[in-house]
Amino acid sequence: MKAFSNLLTNLILTSSRNRKISLLVEYFSSTPDPDRGYALAALTGSLKVKNIKAAFFKELVREKQDEYLFALSYDYVGDLAETVSLLWDKKNDGDIPSLSILLDSLAKVKGEDLKRNIIDILDSSDADQRWAFIKLFTGGLRIGVSSRLVKKALSIYGNVDLNEIEKIWHGLALPYINLFAWLEKRDQKPKISFYDIFHPMMLAHPLVLEKDLTTANPKDFIAEYKWDGIRIQIVSYSEGCRLYSRTGDDVTNSFPEISKAIKGNFVLDGELLAGIDNEPKTFNDLQQRLNKKSPTEKFIKTNPSFVKVYDVLFFNGLDLRDNPLNERKKILNSYFNKNRSPLFLSETIKFRNWEELNEIRDISDNQIHEGVMIKLTSSPYISGRPRGKWFKWKRNPKLVDAIIMYAQRGHGKRSSFYSDYTFGVFNKDEELVPIGKAYSGFTDEELNRLDKFVRTKTIKRFGPVREVEKTLVVEIAFDAISLSKRHKSGVALRFPRFKRIRWDKPICEVETLEQIRESFLE
Amino acid sequence: MISIDNKLYIKDIDTYIDPFFPVERAIITHGHADHARAGHKHVLCTPATSEIMKIRYGEKCANTFQTIEYGHPVKIGKIKVTLFPAAHILGSAQVLLETSKQRVVVTGDYKTTTDRHLDPFEIVPCDLLITEATFGLPIFKFNNPEIEIGRLLDNISKNKENTFLIGAYSLGKAQRIIWLLREAGFSDDIFVHGSMDKLCDFYNNKGIKLGTLRKATIENKRDFKGKVVVAPPSALKDRWSRRFENITRCYASGWMQVKQRAKQSQIEIPLVISDHSDWNELTNTIIQTGAEKVWITHGREDALQYWCKTKGIKAEPLSLQHRDETSEL
Repeated sequence: MKAFSNLLTNLILTSSRNRKISLLVEYFSSTPDPDRGYALAALTGSLKVKNIKAAFFKELVREKQDEYLFALSYDYVGDLAETVSLLWDKKNDGDIPSLSILLDSLAKVKGEDLKRNIIDILDSSDADQRWAFIKLFTGGLRIGVSSRLVKKALSIYGNVDLNEIEKIWHGLALPYINLFAWLEKRDQKPKISFYDIFHPMMLAHPLVLEKDLTTANPKDFIAEYKWDGIRIQIVSYSEGCRLYSRTGDDVTNSFPEISKAIKGNFVLDGELLAGIDNEPKTFNDLQQRLNKKSPTEKFIKTNPSFVKVYDVLFFNGLDLRDNPLNERKKILNSYFNKNRSPLFLSETIKFRNWEELNEIRDISDNQIHEGVMIKLTSSPYISGRPRGKWFKWKRNPKLVDAIIMYAQRGHGKRSSFYSDYTFGVFNKDEELVPIGKAYSGFTDEELNRLDKFVRTKTIKRFGPVREVEKTLVVEIAFDAISLSKRHKSGVALRFPRFKRIRWDKPICEVETLEQIRESFLE
Repeated sequence: MISIDNKLYIKDIDTYIDPFFPVERAIITHGHADHARAGHKHVLCTPATSEIMKIRYGEKCANTFQTIEYGHPVKIGKIKVTLFPAAHILGSAQVLLETSKQRVVVTGDYKTTTDRHLDPFEIVPCDLLITEATFGLPIFKFNNPEIEIGRLLDNISKNKENTFLIGAYSLGKAQRIIWLLREAGFSDDIFVHGSMDKLCDFYNNKGIKLGTLRKATIENKRDFKGKVVVAPPSALKDRWSRRFENITRCYASGWMQVKQRAKQSQIEIPLVISDHSDWNELTNTIIQTGAEKVWITHGREDALQYWCKTKGIKAEPLSLQHRDETSEL
């Protein structure tokens, strides 16, 4: 465990990318199997520990520490693992076993035994080890190391192409013995069946107009609507069909009406939407579905879903990922010659020039799409976010002025700043009601000033939340607005973020809730 | 009863403790800028604090200085004033205000752990304790500083190409770090930022041996390879630091206890070394003084106030302006 906790501590305190990579390479070369495999899983977020959750540690520490003092500490530190590790006192001087032995032994026990084992581990380790240990269970290490960077380190360690690792990644499993054997030239590249794994998706860059379009010929591109649902990958073969989210989570059981209806031998890429018969409803409707992990039949009937398909990676045994997009589209078109409900082809948009596409993009009464996607017809399907291939061109955001009401500290590297803001507007009873929360859209410099504002204008504290003087107006940008029963204001904003901070604007000039409803919802 | 208000103004004797603005009469606990200011008429403090103030603000920074040694009371009107060691920096003092009926202690900044280069902290029993709370959260539990210095020396010996730039407040922390390095057997020349050499001389003259110190001026970049440079924290990311190559940034402060904070400030070697009390020191001190009432001056007062209440001790926060968490160092 010492080696692993040293690695994490060094990684979090290193800002240089190259230095991080060399720390990882050093670790992989000096750590034996299966420990390095476990570390690899932890670093890439693929370590699944079923029986221990973050809440478990909160409970443990609460037995030892007053709840209010814990809450203040957690709020200050902004990281559960670190809070618990600092609050816990070391009792024994013994060393704790290596990562793999530790996790294997914990997997074998349950209930009170499990709890006793964990207390014993925490008692016998120092603060860094406790921190690294707890991080294994709290989801996301938050140490400034992406799984992409870890794979980059692997590719350097084994002197192989990063894309080669990406292609087989989801077919590999703990403790990655075959991967390390290949990287160390002791064995062949691991053989992966491409039909029972998730394939990391191809992502788009936001369009930067002047740079990306001025030199581009519209004839080299196709355009599609940017649907406001969730990205989904359909992996179907003789054994059945699985659905994966953009991060590779298996969501098959959440959408049985889709997974059970699909027959065939292919991997498709598309957007999952609420609605039926190719008629999409809003993201808010889809949200109802997403909240249910295993919905009942009755619930599915009233909240159906379907998929708009826009790409194909494999078809009838052929790997199409290196083929250009227009060839993949041809295969899709002929597949959708027949009715394939609940799968539908995501139609391409005809346009002659960028001005025309710009107009289509910005038709603002349509809540279903968020703008358009522009894709190079010659582009192969490349995992990750390759440059110059796919672009998203979002509709211009809607804007509203609102008043800052509450603030809370952020997490991770923003834990010392009040960076999460609740804002509101006046309703018809002249009462200020919250309409949303925003965490982004300001510069570091603005954040400093906002943080100072919160610290000096606090009028009340509710644990970690500070209520502030109602004097600061901010202009909020958002993608869509919908009616919502869950909020006091009765409206919900989609993806609100700061557009401008109006240090100059008096709060009496802010539009009321009624005016906002009229202008956006009528 | 002694009449003292939330600005630490003692009405009976028309005297402030550590005022932030110029006043007639001030008692100064120690020489840090958020406690000692220039421009007061009459200042009462320890001899070391008066010397520090004169070094930092000039000989005429107050009209008159009255200095008293630790434990030697002086009577002002009906109140007896005694200074006791606070073990924060050289000359730092707690202030005891005493009448036949009541004892009030203002701790100033303090720590209770052993630090051999300073007079040891003394518990001063009192009725009202006015305490600091810079690190008033139970997550703050400071290790033995020797362990932190050991980690630093280990790193230095492994990375001979790097320059180890240590952020440490110019008064107190910088000298303590240098002294700790010397105690640990580090005999190489140490380079110091221009803002701290007079204060280092002062510590040296007081018998705290800091070894060979050199100014960190640009002559040859090569000179700094594998060397230790001590500078105020603000210089760590300043243009000033560009004169060095392959910098490993270190920062000596209690704030370094939290990794995410170290990461935010791009510190590669956090040295959790504080001249303030950690949570256990703060709470133990409150109990040991036997105070029935506690005022909490600055820092994270919520947690300490709450803790006092659970122990049946009355506690109130004193929101002193100009002292937020950033003023520690």
